[in-house]
Amino acid sequence: MAFDFKNMTVNAWRRENGRVGVRNHVVILPVDDISNAACEAVANNVKGSLAIPHAYGRLQFGEDLDLHFRTMIGTGANPNVAAVVVIGIEPEWTQIIVDGIAKTGKPVTGFSIEQKGDFETIRQASWKAKEYVQWATELQKEECPVSDLWISTKCGESDTTTGLSSCPTVGNMYDKLLPEGIYGCFGETSEITGAEHICEKRAATPEAGEAFKKIFQAYQDDVIEAFKTSDLSDSQPTKGNILGGLTTIEEKALGNLEKIGRTSSYIDAMGPAVAPEKGPGLYFMDTSSAAAECVTLMAAAGYVIHTFPTGQGNVVGNPIVPVIKISGNPRTLRTMSEHIDVDVTGVLTREQTIEEAGDSLIEMIMRTANGRNTAAEALGHREFSLTKLYRSA
Amino acid sequence: MGKPHLLKHDHADNVGVVVVEGLTAGTEMLCVVTADNSDFTVTAKADIPIGHKVALTDMKEGDTVTKYGEDIGRMVGAAAVGEHVHVHNCKTKRW
Repeated sequence: MAFDFKNMTVNAWRRENGRVGVRNHVVILPVDDISNAACEAVANNVKGSLAIPHAYGRLQFGEDLDLHFRTMIGTGANPNVAAVVVIGIEPEWTQIIVDGIAKTGKPVTGFSIEQKGDFETIRQASWKAKEYVQWATELQKEECPVSDLWISTKCGESDTTTGLSSCPTVGNMYDKLLPEGIYGCFGETSEITGAEHICEKRAATPEAGEAFKKIFQAYQDDVIEAFKTSDLSDSQPTKGNILGGLTTIEEKALGNLEKIGRTSSYIDAMGPAVAPEKGPGLYFMDTSSAAAECVTLMAAAGYVIHTFPTGQGNVVGNPIVPVIKISGNPRTLRTMSEHIDVDVTGVLTREQTIEEAGDSLIEMIMRTANGRNTAAEALGHREFSLTKLYRSA
Repeated sequence: MGKPHLLKHDHADNVGVVVVEGLTAGTEMLCVVTADNSDFTVTAKADIPIGHKVALTDMKEGDTVTKYGEDIGRMVGAAAVGEHVHVHNCKTKRW
């Protein structure tokens, strides 16, 4: 099937700030771990709202606290979210997150538990959540050009088949859709190791290449040198990677980089959960290679669809962003096909070209943007995992 | 062309990847280079799982392993053509 990329459109929600969302969640967002219970109670009271509990938000400071706020605000601000109820133990930090989300123009209200207790907070927040759900469910979709989509990528449970099939499938999609004006994003700093010289060359400008080099070097100095034991070989490649045939981090990194295609180049390298600032194009983000952490950071940067190549079969999802799984490993398709959205096993049997595989992924992106639930959504995978830079005070 | 048993990314590579399940020793493998779809045959010298690498040249300890046309590590043991290359005889140069 040949696509007319220029004229492709999706039916989606255009938000107050002009961004396009492909889901219409009303999120009940905890500021901190101890507000999870109240958020879950509100989501239980109000059907159609979604609590996204997490493990942190207390006694963080400095850069780590900045990242926490950025992730919380970015998650609420994501165009896949129609409205947000924020609940925290204290009013001050709650208000910081409310104010950050409010900049998008979407409805957001904060509640704090101190001096009120869970019961009263849940009562007040449930009324607001009900109002938001009834409002959001009347919002109409409109026809939006494909260029309005922000599409991120990260692979997981990789093996040698990902480098041969599912990763170049994502790369082919980027080579076709980035010229149409979409935003793209790849990351996984540790999994560039062994291919950093190639990644540096894929920068669109010397400044972008320098920005990447600086992030990569900081990871070497601040993480690897500071915390390494004998080596990283027990976790990179992972045991699953090794079972799948990947032997070294260099081999894994070269497969990983197949996700940015043949002709695409990144225009900037940015910190975790930072929203891209240089217009349409491909961005590198400094992230962990752990699936849920990485997808959470990219969602917080504003990406609305995630493409996820897997070899051995990663099952990750995200509460607000549909995660499209692509696999070319016939054993994985045989044993755990309920997790896979796009089957590219034909690439290994030479019955499907990368061009055709890329088209099949684009078709699935369009269907997902138009409302099709991904495997991860259908199976209830809502992993919301915060990245923590160092221990709390 | 039939379905390949093994794929090799680049002509410069000295390893390829098994892409079928249940490959047994003695199989004459149809090998395809993905860069240009050219093909050749190699006999598997072991039962090698799907996704795992096979030596396409005789390699000795210290040799560089090449895949995607790039350096992916060094041999810490030997492997003859058709033998399994993995963590038992190949290691990163990084750590």
